[in-house]
Amino acid sequence: MKPDESALQVRGLTKRFDRLAVDALDLTVRTGEFYALLGPNGAGKTTTLRMVAGLLRPDAGTVSVLGIDALTNPVAAKQITAWVSDEPMIYDKLTPLEYLEFVAGLWGIDPRLSEPSARELLVSLGLEPHLYERCEGFSKGMRQKVALAGALVHDPRLIILDEPLIGLDAVSARHVKGLLGDRVRSGCTVIMTTHILEVAERMADRIGVIASGRLVAEGTLAELRQQSGHNDTSLEDMFIALVDTEAVAA
Amino acid sequence: MSSAAALSWFARHEIRLAWREWLAMMTAGRKGRKRAAIIGLIVFAAIMHLPAYAVIGRFADLQAPLEKSTLIVMSATIFLAWALMLSQAIESVTRVFYARADLDLIMSSPVRLANVFSVRIAAIALSVMAMALLLSTPFVDVLVIGGGVRWFAAYGVVIAIGLSAAAVAIAVTIVLFHLIGPSRTRLVAQILAAIVGAGFVIALQIAAILSYGTLSRFAVLTSDAAAAFAPDLDSVVWWPARAALGDGEALLLLLAGGLILLGAVMAIFSPRFADTVVRVSANAAPALQGARIKAFRSGSRQQALRWKEFVLLRRDPWLVSQTLMQLLYLVPPALMLWRSFAESSDAIVLITPVMVMAAGQLAGGLAWLTISGEDAADLVATAPLPPSRVTRAKIEVVLIAIGAIFAPLIVALIFASPFQAAVTASGVIIAAASATAIQLWFRVQARRSQFRRRQTSSRLATFAEAFSSIGWAATAALALSIPIAALATGLMTACILVAAWKISPRRE
Repeated sequence: MKPDESALQVRGLTKRFDRLAVDALDLTVRTGEFYALLGPNGAGKTTTLRMVAGLLRPDAGTVSVLGIDALTNPVAAKQITAWVSDEPMIYDKLTPLEYLEFVAGLWGIDPRLSEPSARELLVSLGLEPHLYERCEGFSKGMRQKVALAGALVHDPRLIILDEPLIGLDAVSARHVKGLLGDRVRSGCTVIMTTHILEVAERMADRIGVIASGRLVAEGTLAELRQQSGHNDTSLEDMFIALVDTEAVAA
Repeated sequence: MSSAAALSWFARHEIRLAWREWLAMMTAGRKGRKRAAIIGLIVFAAIMHLPAYAVIGRFADLQAPLEKSTLIVMSATIFLAWALMLSQAIESVTRVFYARADLDLIMSSPVRLANVFSVRIAAIALSVMAMALLLSTPFVDVLVIGGGVRWFAAYGVVIAIGLSAAAVAIAVTIVLFHLIGPSRTRLVAQILAAIVGAGFVIALQIAAILSYGTLSRFAVLTSDAAAAFAPDLDSVVWWPARAALGDGEALLLLLAGGLILLGAVMAIFSPRFADTVVRVSANAAPALQGARIKAFRSGSRQQALRWKEFVLLRRDPWLVSQTLMQLLYLVPPALMLWRSFAESSDAIVLITPVMVMAAGQLAGGLAWLTISGEDAADLVATAPLPPSRVTRAKIEVVLIAIGAIFAPLIVALIFASPFQAAVTASGVIIAAASATAIQLWFRVQARRSQFRRRQTSSRLATFAEAFSSIGWAATAALALSIPIAALATGLMTACILVAAWKISPRRE
């Protein structure tokens, strides 16, 4: 693979808290790809993504976002990256539109471009009736949608999502999946952790399985099936088999 | 389980929760600090006997019958304590409605809600009394040591006024719910709680300035005019003062009155408590309107950050109440300033330390909200601008807000005394900058809603902030009267700051 084909290149990424959370991880995600990162609780998924997003400093390793060294030039890397966590972090006292105005301002986006984009995003996520209401009264699902709109309003080229569908109802989840699908089709790269294996199965171009801080399997669904030796097996069965094997090995 | 057993079980549960909340507040939620917290508390209580002796020691020999002016001072002091308890009780009641996570569980349990909420009302009264007893212990001890065991009756007075303060707080809060609705009650109750404690002292100060040209509230309380307006010596108004002096009959009547008041509030409001809680839950998502944006603003990234901080500060009910309180504290000096235009008075010097102190305190709170209280920490941390620029924008917001609040007073002071205005301006800037720096050095990421607990996250930061504000206020005051002494206090305060920086976790 040529270097310019990768949206994210992680090499030897290591992070230790009380124990080793991420263990010399190598990971490559191609441009325009929807990549699902799966793993059991405490496998190191969130820690990995937080290091990629610049929220945690790794103990060792390198992170390259679209060719930019995210550790030595974090501002340039952050300019083209968006991060959405499972716990939507928004401001209770701002309205969704004010929140998006703030995010666009932080990313230095021209208001003439960001304002119509913000309105369009909020409308497409079903938040039109709440544009001028403060977020303090919003349900978790609505807050998650505001946070997601905030992540998309600055038109990032790499979107990192940590369990973005938690708390969303079926209709909202479909909206979000549709939005993410549209972004991938327009050339954007999406990396997402999820415990909803059906989402990974249906949306991801490639799937990575992480356990004990290491990538234990990676590939398209067909490739993973081939690796497991069972062509008719479900992703859930493969995931459980991989994680169990890793647990036994550990 | 019988109804009585269920109630006693629930009462034990409430006491356990209150104890753990208090312990968490004392230990900043860290395990293994229980013993240190208890030792610290005992040491603190022991040390508090010294200022208590300085303040109240000379009154230990007081004997009944008292003259009117002494009765007025004692009654006013007890009323001030009652106002402070009322303030704390309003805060506690609001928290029970809005912040307790177990309401859904209680509401869905098969118990009589009126009984359960009676226990909860009693728990509020108990916690208010416990805190008041704790704070009053050094003062009562000093009186007992100096004046005999009869002063133990003062504890009874504290219990009685605690009962009545809790009862009034519950009644006021529930009446507010019915009058203005759950969403507005929260804000109004917070503002009320903040100003009710300070209001009485400030009103006395205002009266003192207008009548006697001094900030001392005792000038009003001990005046002939107050004695002339006060009721006769056999009036019920003096019961609390008499009870504190050891009058058993007055004490019993006072305790009975407090209990009857609380009982009446429990009987009247316990059944409605459940309705109120339901209304709060139903309104837990108030659709408060924000600004109707016509067009997104253009500007730099720091401008975006500053705009966000200003909007959040403006819409923060705690901040509104605290700012109002700080502004209330500034009313007496402002009034004094206004008087000094008409008649030249040396007392105008007193304005400077009050303003410097207020600036330090307000800046500390604002700095915590902007620097530590970041609700979308991940968003700001992943934004494409260096952390130093984020911090700078937040500090600018604190200093601009302080400037906007204090500039009018300083400008007015220029006309009265340009030199004092310069000293005051310097003091305000240095005190605000110091408090902001301390918050920066000791910052711990938290949600803005955790503001109440900011003092517990770092006791060092809290003490450093308080001593820095007091130190700069003293320095500014001395700079106007004894400049050489100001040099000494200024150096001492600077040393406090250096020490705070040395031990802060952000030094590196």
